[in-house]
Amino acid sequence: MAISTLDGQKIWQRRDRDVQLKIWAMWLVGTAIFMWCWQQISEATTWAFFWDAPRIAADIGGRAMPPRWSYMDKLWSPLWDTLNIATLGTVMALMMAVPVAFMAARNTTPSALFVRPIALLIIVSSRSINSLIWALLLVKILGPGVFAGLIAISIRSIGFCAKLLYEAIEEIDESQVEAITATGASRWQVMAYGIVPQIMPAFAGIAVFRWDINLRESTVLGLVGAGGIGLQLQGSLNTLAWPQVSLILLVILLAVVVSEWVSAKVRGAII
Amino acid sequence: MSAALDARLGQPWKKPPLISSPALRWTLLVGSVIYLILAMNSIDVNWSRVYRGLDRGWQFVVAFANPDFTSRAAEIKDGMIESAVMALTSTVVGIAISIPIGLGAARNISILPVYLVCRSIVAVSRALNEIVVAILLVAIFGFGPLAGFLTLSFATIGFLSKLLAEEIEDMDKVQAEAVRATGASWLQRYVFGIHPQVVPRLIGLSIYRLDINFRESAVLGIVGAGGIGATLNTAFDRYEFDTAAAILLVIIAVVMVLEYLSGIIRARVQ
Amino acid sequence: MLRLDKLTKVYKTGDKALNAVDLEVPKGQVLALIGPSGAGKSTLIRCINRLVEPTSGTVQLGDVELTGLGLGGLRKERRRMGMIFQEYALVERLTVMENVLSGRLGYVGFWRSFLRKFPQSDVDEAFRLLDRVGLVEMADKRADELSGGQRQRVGICRALIQNPSVLLVDEPTASLDPKTSRQIMRLIVELCEERKLAAIVNIHDVALAQMFVSRIVGLKLGTMVFDGAPADLTEEVLTRIYGDEDWSETIQKVDDDDEVDAA
Repeated sequence: MAISTLDGQKIWQRRDRDVQLKIWAMWLVGTAIFMWCWQQISEATTWAFFWDAPRIAADIGGRAMPPRWSYMDKLWSPLWDTLNIATLGTVMALMMAVPVAFMAARNTTPSALFVRPIALLIIVSSRSINSLIWALLLVKILGPGVFAGLIAISIRSIGFCAKLLYEAIEEIDESQVEAITATGASRWQVMAYGIVPQIMPAFAGIAVFRWDINLRESTVLGLVGAGGIGLQLQGSLNTLAWPQVSLILLVILLAVVVSEWVSAKVRGAII
Repeated sequence: MSAALDARLGQPWKKPPLISSPALRWTLLVGSVIYLILAMNSIDVNWSRVYRGLDRGWQFVVAFANPDFTSRAAEIKDGMIESAVMALTSTVVGIAISIPIGLGAARNISILPVYLVCRSIVAVSRALNEIVVAILLVAIFGFGPLAGFLTLSFATIGFLSKLLAEEIEDMDKVQAEAVRATGASWLQRYVFGIHPQVVPRLIGLSIYRLDINFRESAVLGIVGAGGIGATLNTAFDRYEFDTAAAILLVIIAVVMVLEYLSGIIRARVQ
Repeated sequence: MLRLDKLTKVYKTGDKALNAVDLEVPKGQVLALIGPSGAGKSTLIRCINRLVEPTSGTVQLGDVELTGLGLGGLRKERRRMGMIFQEYALVERLTVMENVLSGRLGYVGFWRSFLRKFPQSDVDEAFRLLDRVGLVEMADKRADELSGGQRQRVGICRALIQNPSVLLVDEPTASLDPKTSRQIMRLIVELCEERKLAAIVNIHDVALAQMFVSRIVGLKLGTMVFDGAPADLTEEVLTRIYGDEDWSETIQKVDDDDEVDAA
């Protein structure tokens, strides 16, 4: 906020001139960067395809309708695999995330100098790489199939779960821990009585939340050969079997909606 | 000594169960055990294949120790620039479109038909996985970053509009009403009553979304929608683990820098 | 019973919380520790069971020197010191019974305690204590369903089931209303008498302290400035501890009107 004097009259402005100029300059630079970026995309695009897009979309849409309902018979098994990848992946991730979280939380870490950085490194590297990339890698190592997808999902989830969990651990009420310590309880007993009960609600919430995300992610893992319904999607896309593609997309959408509903219900019941 | 104590003394004590109805408790317990057994059995692991693969896994670990940035430096550079470009443009366009949709999806300032339309846009955008959207858009618009850009913009709209709408729904009503009481028009009401309250949060969310968009742009290439993902996919296909490791390290580095920056910026605006 | 010798605590920040405190509490004596906030009352109590590590000086419980003990030995001795907290410090998501039984953790192995399989004698003792404080019906309620006074009673049970020889009590009434405060104080004093326990009670309410205890110690900026009977607590002494103020109202004997509904 500033007041300047013009022709002997005081004028109120929200910002003084320098700040205003800086803001304009930032906008200018921002716009220039955006235009440059846009040009990059534009150069890499065949615009003829773009203008043709409505026709192609209508064409694909026409072919995809109606979905080939009879294909559903072949989808039950991959759907079951997808569910298993998501659920078991979440369970495995949680089992590994708990120790990592305890090592990463400032108030429970055995050593803030050595153990904590390692735990944080595990969390960061697991979090910054998408599960599809993990799957890509694991398919090369473990061979295509559900197992690679399962491991990919759990590796990706460790960081996410451990991060939320260690934040929950750092927020606990220390006086309850102190009280249990004062009774002469051992380190593990303090953990079981003083800390665990306090983080249980957070733990349950994180588990359900991540399960929901994992179900979404495991629907596409098949695209790189890591099992689940994505495998059928990839096959149908490769053979341009659009009625099957539309059915699969419909099933995926339905699965996502159901999982969201389930996780909302469970979360409501816990909290 | 009271009667209640008399009844309790000498009796074993058990922690009251979490679920009080025994029937429900056992159904859930037995059900989940059966499910876990079935699920684990359905995952058949080809151990001999895994064993052979361990060698490759070890190669990958070794590759991480000395990643190869040089032999495909040009591809990596182009891919990273394309990813960054896609992330940036899609975030900007996504924000621009999210603001009106977010306003429309906030129950307290929108009219019912607009609310319903905006909410369904949000719902569709959130329900569709980015990869699936990318596949469709690649089929329609052809290979390249345009499809990726559109995918990420679409995803950004769902993400930002929803959070923005929620933010507006539980913001301080008194402030907005104070402005309305001055006889301001709808636009003025937005600019003076709602905008100042929501902007800091919006900036924070936008930066967070830029972070997400960059990560996502790294995978869209796998389905042909441009970005570093295509380079990565090629590296894996050729078993060039040292190049793949280099790319992954670059991605991790950029993500960490972005996360750090977003932390600073969010701390400054809030 | 309990002897502090030149007990000193300097925090990392350089704050001297305790300055060579010498104190001896004989068996069965309830001692009130008064002083303004920041005087080091909480630190003193926590230095005794080493929740806060003292910088120098010694603490002796019976003939064991606590300050020299290793982790295992310290845990054993902690069982002999029951502690009662300001904000009750119950584990809120556990049941009343679990909270009481958690006082036995030092006596029970990890798996037994993890599976809640405490010895029958512990369970019986827990019920007896709950009955003594009038909460036996609440045993299976979750701790966060209780009122403040009820929670503090559970806290007292947790400390007593340790079968301690000393009670360390940190502002037991700070978050309670005046009437409940008195009931809780009376309960603590009665239980100490029944069990011949020594106790150190941190308390900021001088009138309440005078009403219930036989010995008062005043602490100011980590140094002991008064040690005597409640009757000796004159205006002049209070000024020495707390600074200048009109004390006539504070020292006035409070009418003991709630004898009937005492816990």
